Amino acid sequence: MKKSLNERLAILSDAAKYDASCASSGSVKRDSLKSGGVGSTEGSGICHAYAPDGRCISLLKILMTNFCMYDCAYCVNRSSSNVERARFSVEEVVWLTLEFYRRNYIEGLFLSSGIIRSSDYTMEEMVRIARELRVTHNFRGYIHLKSIPEASPLLIEEAGLYADRLSINIELPTDAGLTRFAPEKHPANIRRSMGELRLKIEAASEPTLQTKRRKRFVPAGQSTQMIVGADQSNDRTILGTSARLYGSYGLRRVYYSAFSPIPDASKTLPLIKPPLIREHRLYQADWLYRFYGFGIEEITEKQPGGMLDLKLDPKLAWALANRDRFPVDINRDEREMLLRVPGLGTKAVAGVLSSRRHRRLRLEDLARLHVSVKKVQAFIVAEGWTPHRLAERSDLRAMFEPKPEQLALF
Amino acid sequence: MHRIVLEGRGDLSEWRRAARGLFAAKVLPEDIDWRVRADAADDLFDMPAADTAKIPAVSASSLLTVPKAFLSLAEAVICHSDPARFGRLYGLLFRLQAEPSLLAIRADADVAALRTMEKSVRRDCHKMTAFVRFKEIPDGGYGRRRRFFAWFEPDHYIVSRVAPFFQRRFTDMDWMIATPKGTAAWDGEELHVSSSPAENPKLSDQTETLWRTYFRHIFNPARLKVKMMQTEMPKKYWKNLPEAELIPDMIASAEAEVIAMAERAATDAPLFHTRLQAAAKTPVASAVSEPTTLAEAREQAMACMRCPLHCNATQTVFGEGPENADIMIVGEQPGDQEDLAGRPFVGPAGRVFDEAAQAVGLDRTRVYVTNAVKHFKYELRGKRRIHQKPNLGEVQHCKWWLKLELDFVKPKLVVAMGATAVASLTGRQQKLGDLRGDLLDIDTGGSMMVTVHPSYLLRLPDHGRQQEELARFRADLAEAVRFDRQHIQPTMARPDVGNQRI
Repeated sequence: MKKSLNERLAILSDAAKYDASCASSGSVKRDSLKSGGVGSTEGSGICHAYAPDGRCISLLKILMTNFCMYDCAYCVNRSSSNVERARFSVEEVVWLTLEFYRRNYIEGLFLSSGIIRSSDYTMEEMVRIARELRVTHNFRGYIHLKSIPEASPLLIEEAGLYADRLSINIELPTDAGLTRFAPEKHPANIRRSMGELRLKIEAASEPTLQTKRRKRFVPAGQSTQMIVGADQSNDRTILGTSARLYGSYGLRRVYYSAFSPIPDASKTLPLIKPPLIREHRLYQADWLYRFYGFGIEEITEKQPGGMLDLKLDPKLAWALANRDRFPVDINRDEREMLLRVPGLGTKAVAGVLSSRRHRRLRLEDLARLHVSVKKVQAFIVAEGWTPHRLAERSDLRAMFEPKPEQLALF
Repeated sequence: MHRIVLEGRGDLSEWRRAARGLFAAKVLPEDIDWRVRADAADDLFDMPAADTAKIPAVSASSLLTVPKAFLSLAEAVICHSDPARFGRLYGLLFRLQAEPSLLAIRADADVAALRTMEKSVRRDCHKMTAFVRFKEIPDGGYGRRRRFFAWFEPDHYIVSRVAPFFQRRFTDMDWMIATPKGTAAWDGEELHVSSSPAENPKLSDQTETLWRTYFRHIFNPARLKVKMMQTEMPKKYWKNLPEAELIPDMIASAEAEVIAMAERAATDAPLFHTRLQAAAKTPVASAVSEPTTLAEAREQAMACMRCPLHCNATQTVFGEGPENADIMIVGEQPGDQEDLAGRPFVGPAGRVFDEAAQAVGLDRTRVYVTNAVKHFKYELRGKRRIHQKPNLGEVQHCKWWLKLELDFVKPKLVVAMGATAVASLTGRQQKLGDLRGDLLDIDTGGSMMVTVHPSYLLRLPDHGRQQEELARFRADLAEAVRFDRQHIQPTMARPDVGNQRI
């Protein structure tokens, strides 16, 4: 008997939950005032709900089908898994997206799929869904499509006309790891399709001869995901791979997904608790690289085994390992150095820079900029404050480490 | 003491009117008692009647200038529900007259306090765009617009501030959002906003069942982070979210689900997997043998791992051009653009080459263009890939492919551009200047000419020098064209195979 829509929705959202990305930001601003249709994107994303796993629910994140020809060990939908299978029709995905959207449950659609028949067939069906939404239903909300590996460049090009974002997952930080766990996937082809997409995005962003208006093509760029903890790669390798991906293909985001046990798991993988703190530290390091002017090497070079410190955030760990660079004078030093002070974020730094043009700043002023004085005080000089030998104290690290907790009984 | 009573439901103009009047009358901030009418009504009796009447009249001549940023700050802060907002705004307005750049001092206590209020209003607005849940009102009228209703409970008086968002988004349907702090409605023609409180009519909607199914199943029980959820979706919003009633049970059963998942050991693969695997088992390709054609060489090169350069590059960039070309151009290595496109000489240096070649009548479609090294070698600087010169070892490894290209294409003339190409072709590192202008023999047969690499021309900082060198580069290419006309074309009438771009 055919499963009901509700049953299939359960199966196909279960199948999609291991993809971490749910961003609905970074696209162009558009709305339905002129078109009289439905949907808008406001530039920044909106998270419409949060699940108890702490992840935001911004998009309807589902698979078109979880039947798959590939047998990737880490994936819940691999062909050798006995997980229940289901498939949505094109019309059903369109209907669900629009009905959820009209009730303000979601910002749009994040559609992925298992590979059925062929890469091109699968991609074509996904493009059809996006086309129906955009053209037939005048939908202006956010659409994120997963590119199917090895799909034809023409299909990717069409997908890019409808989608805000395209992504293709690199899955594992090393080629060797991917070859081992995902025998049907080819790391070289994944990189090549990222390269092709970057060229197309760049070509579309150049004004054409006929018109100054730029073509709308994947306005929110491309992203990817890496699974953390399924293979033995250390954080330095992972971050190195990210840096290369950012540099080579202009990715907007690299998502890190702590490998989490899946139902009917493959025997080749660890069935452990997902390394959530490690995932968190990787995101922090990623931010340092993208917004704080840190190099990947700097972040990991003094860390034993190339692993980030789980107890301290990477910026604090870097500061403790490079104490000769401190204290930083918040009334005089440059932005680059202020950004390296543990406890000062980009907004606080902007506040410091704009305030200090008019007056000299004291610790209390920092508190009003929502800065934790306890955290920054060892690293800065302010009006009426010097850390004296605080930065040189050997127990400085212990002052920041989380208090020991009694272990859980099981 | 001046007592000012305002409605206080998010309307800036009433405060503005009062503030203008007070400022014109030079009333100091500490001499004003700001009240909201709803609160003021309670203690109206124990208040001297004379005080309430003392609202100074606004004089048209009392011009009060404020920076633009103050207005946008005031527009947000006035929506806040804290009665202190009026006084704080007036206090800042007062100080701004003496300190016009006060708003830039974010660390100032008054500014910081107002910014905190502004932030709270913005957050409330954002949460409203996120947590409003529409329910459809069944109507049945054919051709009628669909109608939706939502009940929401904001902290502040933000309904009129957020209403345009819903208008922009839900243009093709009728909707109404009712809250205790006001109502907004859209009928396709006009946006109606009122600040009077509404009641919750408690409707239901079938689609909520599907939404709850989605919410339950997108949740990963193996990564419970309840605190994280609650900071972003505080409990005060839960009562109007159809999915929130599932949360306690989802948290309670999470651990059991994970344990069950771990206990259920991997089972045998389903039948279709076995069939797929069998179908995929194509006959194993015979051991890689030495290529017998250029096409085979190209294919093998795609999987080249002779040196570690393949690890960081996107792809092998093999040569391209007619297989029987008379002239072969050898550059150094692919750059950023070549690496992405998989074709040689398509980036900035490629354009310099193309322009120069065109200027001297060298037809790019008739020459074979390739590089000494087939993978892009770079160093990451920030988010950019900066070209790095390949070392001699890498050049040696890649010589294998260049030699195959030379063997299959058999060019009469090889133009080596840059020192790396020369080193690869001659096996020795030599100064370009010593060889430039000579016609040399190479061991694979044919002749070789040497010139600079076009990227060298791009790097020259001095414009005059650049033009000089560009002219020399062109002259070198012109020499190649002359050689082609004198030595190759008259004697060898080869069929024109045209552009064989692969």
